[in-house]
Amino acid sequence: MKKITLTLAILLTTVLIPPNSYADKNENIDYITKNLRCLICQGQSVYDSQSDFALSMKKLILIKIKEGKTEDEIYNFLKEKYGEWIVYEPEVNKNTIFLWGLPLILFIFGGLLIMRKVTIK
Amino acid sequence: MKNNKIFYLVVILIIAIFLVLLLGLKEEKNYTPQSELKKLNDSISLKDLYSGKNIFLNDLLLNNEFNLINIWASWCAPCKVEHPYLINLNDKFDINLIGINYKDNLDNSKKFLSDLGNPYDEVLVDNDGTKSIELGAIGVPETYLINSNKKIIKKFIGPLDQEDYDNIINLIKK
Repeated sequence: MKKITLTLAILLTTVLIPPNSYADKNENIDYITKNLRCLICQGQSVYDSQSDFALSMKKLILIKIKEGKTEDEIYNFLKEKYGEWIVYEPEVNKNTIFLWGLPLILFIFGGLLIMRKVTIK
Repeated sequence: MKNNKIFYLVVILIIAIFLVLLLGLKEEKNYTPQSELKKLNDSISLKDLYSGKNIFLNDLLLNNEFNLINIWASWCAPCKVEHPYLINLNDKFDINLIGINYKDNLDNSKKFLSDLGNPYDEVLVDNDGTKSIELGAIGVPETYLINSNKKIIKKFIGPLDQEDYDNIINLIKK
């Protein structure tokens, strides 16, 4: 009986833990900070950096997550403050279209070359 | 003949690569965010250094005047260097000067101001640096000149020097 009660208690605790738990928030903050460039140690992400700027940034992002802000809202907020450069993954716009399009063009071009060679053989 | 052509092409290519790399060395590597003409966030509230009361930064910005926000700390050596410029600005010009004390020990910051003079109309405290991030700062010292529409018109990253001081005076006299 004791074993059943204990099992039930463990199961209930697992079910009752809200999905937005501390672990989730931590995973989320890690994911977001890995995509942010530290503006003090410019070779490092905010996640890796231990500069004052990065430490404050991590705290602020945690506050924003607790306020219920989405990942995109946080990126947009920071882009407005620090510019597009703060994020490692640039968004598609007229300045970055070539950057995003080039691999696709090369892939298609390479594929066509291979197909041509195979057809000739 | 063909070998000569290839040799010259390779030499030209090496010189071109060298020139591109040489020009690249002269480029500024550190990124400096540009946030001029951005309106300040209305919801930033900080504690007053002396009273400990929560104050909205927006409420301190005067509508018909230029405002200067200076982010500083007592542990920051360049802040000591720029301090005389701030004292001069407050003494000689009609400018609303707000100081934001960044990640500091409150006693040290009060001592800093009593020793070197207090140029600020109001001193607020950002004890964890998050409010400065909301302002778009990357460290200390930083100074923002804000116009009567509460927009940042000039951002000075690093300690103010004579050139920055003259620049601020020219902008507020316009």
